[in-house]
Amino acid sequence: MRRVLLRVFFVLALPVLLVGVWWLASDGSTNVFWPPLRTTLKTFPDVWTADRLRDDVLPSLLRLTAGYACAAVVGVAIGTVIGSYRRVRAFCEPVLEFLRAVPPPVLVPVIMLFAGIGDTMKIAVIASGCVWPILLNTVEGVRAVDPVMAETARSYGISGVARLKDVVLRSASPQIFAGLRQALSIGIILMVISEMFAASNGIGFTVVQFQRSFAIPDMWTGILVLGLLGFLLSVVFQVVERRVLGWYHGLRASARRSP
Amino acid sequence: MKGLNLALGAAGLAVFLALGEVVPRLGLVKEAYFPPASRIADALAGELSDDTFWTALGDTLTGWGLGLLIASTAGIVAGVVISVVPYLRDATASTIEFLRPIPSVALIPLAVLLYGTELKSVLLLVVYASFWQVLIQVLYGVQDVDPVAEETARSYGLGAWARVRHVLWPTALPYVMTGVRLAAAVALILAVTAELVIGAPGLGQRIAVAQNSQAVPEMYALVVVTGLLGLLINVGARAVERRALAWHQSVRGEVAV
Repeated sequence: MRRVLLRVFFVLALPVLLVGVWWLASDGSTNVFWPPLRTTLKTFPDVWTADRLRDDVLPSLLRLTAGYACAAVVGVAIGTVIGSYRRVRAFCEPVLEFLRAVPPPVLVPVIMLFAGIGDTMKIAVIASGCVWPILLNTVEGVRAVDPVMAETARSYGISGVARLKDVVLRSASPQIFAGLRQALSIGIILMVISEMFAASNGIGFTVVQFQRSFAIPDMWTGILVLGLLGFLLSVVFQVVERRVLGWYHGLRASARRSP
Repeated sequence: MKGLNLALGAAGLAVFLALGEVVPRLGLVKEAYFPPASRIADALAGELSDDTFWTALGDTLTGWGLGLLIASTAGIVAGVVISVVPYLRDATASTIEFLRPIPSVALIPLAVLLYGTELKSVLLLVVYASFWQVLIQVLYGVQDVDPVAEETARSYGLGAWARVRHVLWPTALPYVMTGVRLAAAVALILAVTAELVIGAPGLGQRIAVAQNSQAVPEMYALVVVTGLLGLLINVGARAVERRALAWHQSVRGEVAV
């Protein structure tokens, strides 16, 4: 019991302290840009109503999901091909290194040329930014498949789809998930930026509207919403990762126990 | 083997450039959207002979370098303090886990209000984004300290500072280097983003201007420049890492992160 209480204390103490400091320090604030936390929190339910969640948050999330899913499928597929053949890898590597090094947000103006300013543009921007970490990590993961395991699978006659699914992708999955995690934060950044550029709805659009109309407490609530969204998505990702990679973490833990 | 790989890589690059030339020429995509590679190269040459381009490059590099420096210093100091002081790690874990996934672009409206299009706007975003990369790696690195080495140092009577200097720091250094390398890439992304979205002077702002004035080849040329810059930063960071860790076994078999 004492252990649990201590844990709860450690988890909550600093956040409570920080929020408290914020609350007190900003309480009497007359600075327009730093409204009292009390005002921000009071504004929150007025701004983020059910309508707004449906009209702004939902479209943003749908774009993010669509772009991210495209990037995941394309990245894993192409990454598996490139990772499986040494010659193909050597052929593609310099070009891939360059494409990865391009900062993803500069793709927004480029893709706007092709796709206009609609949802297609936003999904394309998100997908084209997210695809690189997934692709390159898949290449690394596929390349690092244990040769003994690959040989064993071969000698047992496991080939085709079964080999791809149970040997190659499975052993590459920890790496693939590392790529997916990097891609998630890039995806959120691109979602917000593409909406700041040109949109008629979405979280990024709304927050910039607040800022331009000097609705400062509203803007602060927007920042809080983006923060909460980033946090929630990363929690969801961790849950999914723990389920899918459960076997891997178990293996690592038992390896650590018996060195 | 290495020569073959190099040749294949060069061939890949050549094919990539040739595709960039041929696809618009054949009319597969409109030239207005995607100009042939040779025209982009022309525009690039034009940029390189333009003084304002070099100023913009300097501005971007200033935002990147200064931001990275601040973030790395703060990340290393905070990471070491959090790991060394008892209980601090437990007390800060939840806060770090909460703050880290907050997308740095959420701070764009705030940066605009506070600092307008000044360098400070860029720095705010760059430092926030790259700080976590360094901090998390430092925390992992310090955790990795061999308990036997730590106990040995203790029993030889090394003080707290000497233990940090001789036991903790060498163990954490590879992680710190990884963190700084990741942070360098993130810092470039955020520097260019801030210029692109906020309009702070730099390459990103030039890209936005080129797009607004329909100067498509120039826009592509600038995008290529940012890519080359990113490539240079990646390669440079790896080189620094290899030099600084020449004594460390991790350099022999490099781990991809």
